[in-house]
Amino acid sequence: MAKPTSVVDTSPSVEAHEAPATKPKSQPGALTWADERVGVNKIGRFGLRKVFPDHWSFLLGEIALYSFIILLLTGIFLTIWFKPSMAEIHYDGSYQLMKGMPISEAFASTLEISFDVRGGLLVRQIHHWAALLFVASATVHMLRVFFTGAFRKPREINWLIGVGLLSMSLMAGFTGYSLPDDLLSGTGLRFVDGLIRSIPLIGTWAEFFVFGGEFPGNLIISRLYMAHILLIPGLLLGLISAHLALVVYHKHTQYPGPGRTENNVVGYPLFPVYMAKAGGFFFVVFGFLVLMGGLFQINPVWTYGPYDPAKVTAGSQPDWYMGFVEGALRLIPPFWESHWGGTTWAWAVFVPGVGLMGLLFTSLALWPFIERWLTGDDREHHLLDRPRNAPTRTALGVAGMTAYGLMWLGGSNDIIATRFSLSLNAITIFLRIAVFVGPIIAFIITKRLALALQRQDRERALHGSEDGVIVRDVQGGYSEAHVPVSHDEQFLLTQHLQHRPLEAGGDTDADGLPRKGGVSKLRSRLSRWYLGHEIAKPTAAEIEDAHHHGDHDAPALEDSPKH
Amino acid sequence: MSHDNLPVKNPDLGHSVADPGIEEHIERFTDVNEGAGNRAYRAILLMLAAVPVLAIAFVVIYFAVPRNAYIDFGWLKASAMNVGLGVTAGLAVLLIGIAVIQWARVLMGDEESVEYRHSAASSEEDRKVAAQLFADGVEQSAVKRRPLILGALGGALGITLVPAVVLLADMGPHPTRRVREETIEKTLWANQVRLVNDENWIELRPEHLEVGQLVNAQPASLQELHGMEAHQEKAKAAIIVVRMDPNSITIPPSRADWQVSGILAYSKICTHVGCPISLWERQTHHLLCPCHQSTFDLGNSGVVVFGPAGRALPQLPISVDDEGYLIATSDFPVPVGPSYFERDSRNDFKDGDQ
Repeated sequence: MAKPTSVVDTSPSVEAHEAPATKPKSQPGALTWADERVGVNKIGRFGLRKVFPDHWSFLLGEIALYSFIILLLTGIFLTIWFKPSMAEIHYDGSYQLMKGMPISEAFASTLEISFDVRGGLLVRQIHHWAALLFVASATVHMLRVFFTGAFRKPREINWLIGVGLLSMSLMAGFTGYSLPDDLLSGTGLRFVDGLIRSIPLIGTWAEFFVFGGEFPGNLIISRLYMAHILLIPGLLLGLISAHLALVVYHKHTQYPGPGRTENNVVGYPLFPVYMAKAGGFFFVVFGFLVLMGGLFQINPVWTYGPYDPAKVTAGSQPDWYMGFVEGALRLIPPFWESHWGGTTWAWAVFVPGVGLMGLLFTSLALWPFIERWLTGDDREHHLLDRPRNAPTRTALGVAGMTAYGLMWLGGSNDIIATRFSLSLNAITIFLRIAVFVGPIIAFIITKRLALALQRQDRERALHGSEDGVIVRDVQGGYSEAHVPVSHDEQFLLTQHLQHRPLEAGGDTDADGLPRKGGVSKLRSRLSRWYLGHEIAKPTAAEIEDAHHHGDHDAPALEDSPKH
Repeated sequence: MSHDNLPVKNPDLGHSVADPGIEEHIERFTDVNEGAGNRAYRAILLMLAAVPVLAIAFVVIYFAVPRNAYIDFGWLKASAMNVGLGVTAGLAVLLIGIAVIQWARVLMGDEESVEYRHSAASSEEDRKVAAQLFADGVEQSAVKRRPLILGALGGALGITLVPAVVLLADMGPHPTRRVREETIEKTLWANQVRLVNDENWIELRPEHLEVGQLVNAQPASLQELHGMEAHQEKAKAAIIVVRMDPNSITIPPSRADWQVSGILAYSKICTHVGCPISLWERQTHHLLCPCHQSTFDLGNSGVVVFGPAGRALPQLPISVDDEGYLIATSDFPVPVGPSYFERDSRNDFKDGDQ
């Protein structure tokens, strides 16, 4: 081996080093092979013992992820037989009631999967249940992130990715629901046709472009198929990867508790504990979905029959996640339409259909930035909020859930009417008012509850809990002594950071000239509304004080004479 | 790892109780009692051992159970194949999951570990270095001396979007006025087209209908169409024919000759989002759409009485031909179905029109 004749101390080493021919024998050959190519040991050193905090609510997102994997697996199986074609054929499968009927190839192949392919019905039903679970778990996961404030700095981008995932999951569900070309899915498509048409200015063009001409045409199923098995899953896969990569990068948030700080993460190492728990949980979710597919019927398309544009069933319902849009559409009162000149503006469809979904996803996407504007909070947050410690956010969330829930009920007003023998019109009129009043009531109640819990926390931290022994004294009065709570609990009850509302001012400098970056009156008023009613948590001095007088502070029960 | 890039400089800020530190680790029963540990171990092994049994059962059911066999639960019947495959596969997968989680819960060590976080924000040094590297790159690219190249590139890339978008222009026919008049604004109905029952194609005669009856009908000419054309035309031409007592309904003078002794024909396609409507309330003459509950009064030219629909149901002018069959006398006077932007809705019937 040629060596340079002289090497100065400061010059970079130019000596050619060859990898040692024999590695230490501690690792199996395959691992060495992989390490020399992609450096698996470096990855392992970084990741193997990475710590993940443990909490049941962190499993919600996992359920969504696993449902998605199960959707991919079962979906691949279904594509082996499904024919995304609207060409008309005469049915010749084993479902006797439809023998010889003219139906589309899409519907015929759905029947084939259900009746002639062994295990086909099972996989179809797993796929449908998994789709319902996917959207449901993603929605509840989003609620968990919202109520615990996990969207705050530095996780705003991941929240936006999540909002994208949620909207995409609705589309994935809807495009799949429309594929079998049965009467129910065709009715859903008819509704989408009306929805697209209602868009001002471009509606008719959009309709003709989506359907390839007039409704229903013969292209929509194959186009939806492309979206359902390629476009949307591809986007979902990309977004999910980014979502997870950011979770790894930021490290998972954790609930507050002893030893948990903004600067650490306490939990179990990825290998082996978390791997086993998360991996095992995948099989649990999968197992449950397979059992559901085997035991609970879902979407029996053969009982609905093939799509016929002149037919519809009473009690037609979309899958659950479209229920709120369906409900909003049903609750609109008559004549919400403008006829200006030779044009028609179909507000009754556009506002609850396109507008509502736009409003939902836009407000979700903007929320982290709105809250930051209201609180002026620029800290990083890795400890989650207990929902009571963000009372206005919690109340807003519950108000939103209430509005969503009422609209969702509106989506099945006909089923409620027939099942509970109520007047359809009365339910509808009630809900028209309730969707506006209900959220306000929910907001007030939730905020009061959160503040009451804060007050209770304060009491507990200061005076502890009742000891459960009621003492009758000589005068006949009753009292119950308090025992202090543990140091751990006292810490948990008081660890949170309380934000002070932003004060107006600072928008002009000493000379009365406007200054950039000040707080406007409006912002300060909204900030006060958002933060201003919280119960102050006990200060160190108060706790110290209460500790010294603990024995004498026991609140007296009825008529107990004071000490 | 260094701890100089922690996310929050002073995490104790605002604490009124000192952080007591992580709870003391408490050993589980399976850690201290060997019998309990062994029992948990055996339970896990047993669950995993059940999986091959279930897998074999799955294969047996797949090949042995006839496809039309069913299990009679009394109050419901279920496909034996579907239930058998689902229960065996589901339990097998579930048991793997439960066994592995149980392993992690009771046998793996459960001491909590602590890891430090690092702020996502770069250090001041990183910022300076990155800014310098970027400046070096800009310098090397020569874009400072020849700045037009950036604008030209941006413009070139931007303009390529135009051909890409134009490529999609053939996704559907363009709904110009002429195309609309031939498609969504036109149906199969015309003068002399007979009304036929939509199930059996029987041509309708007035004497087929008694007062209060509703018949779903379509144009006789639909029979010549198949496949997509049939669907497209049916989605517009479907009608409902009702017979009401002429004394109990309101017929405006302009529509006096649109009906045959109380027999009226209306579009079946809802003016809301286009569901076919046929829930008929015989006594009130109300027609309810099962999709979103728009309700139309067929005794009053189809005006909306409840629900989200914005316009009255279009009425089809009908008459009787020489042989006594019900016929249309023209197409619908207004486009049927849900609203669209270019629709001229000034001629639709409004309550009180004469």
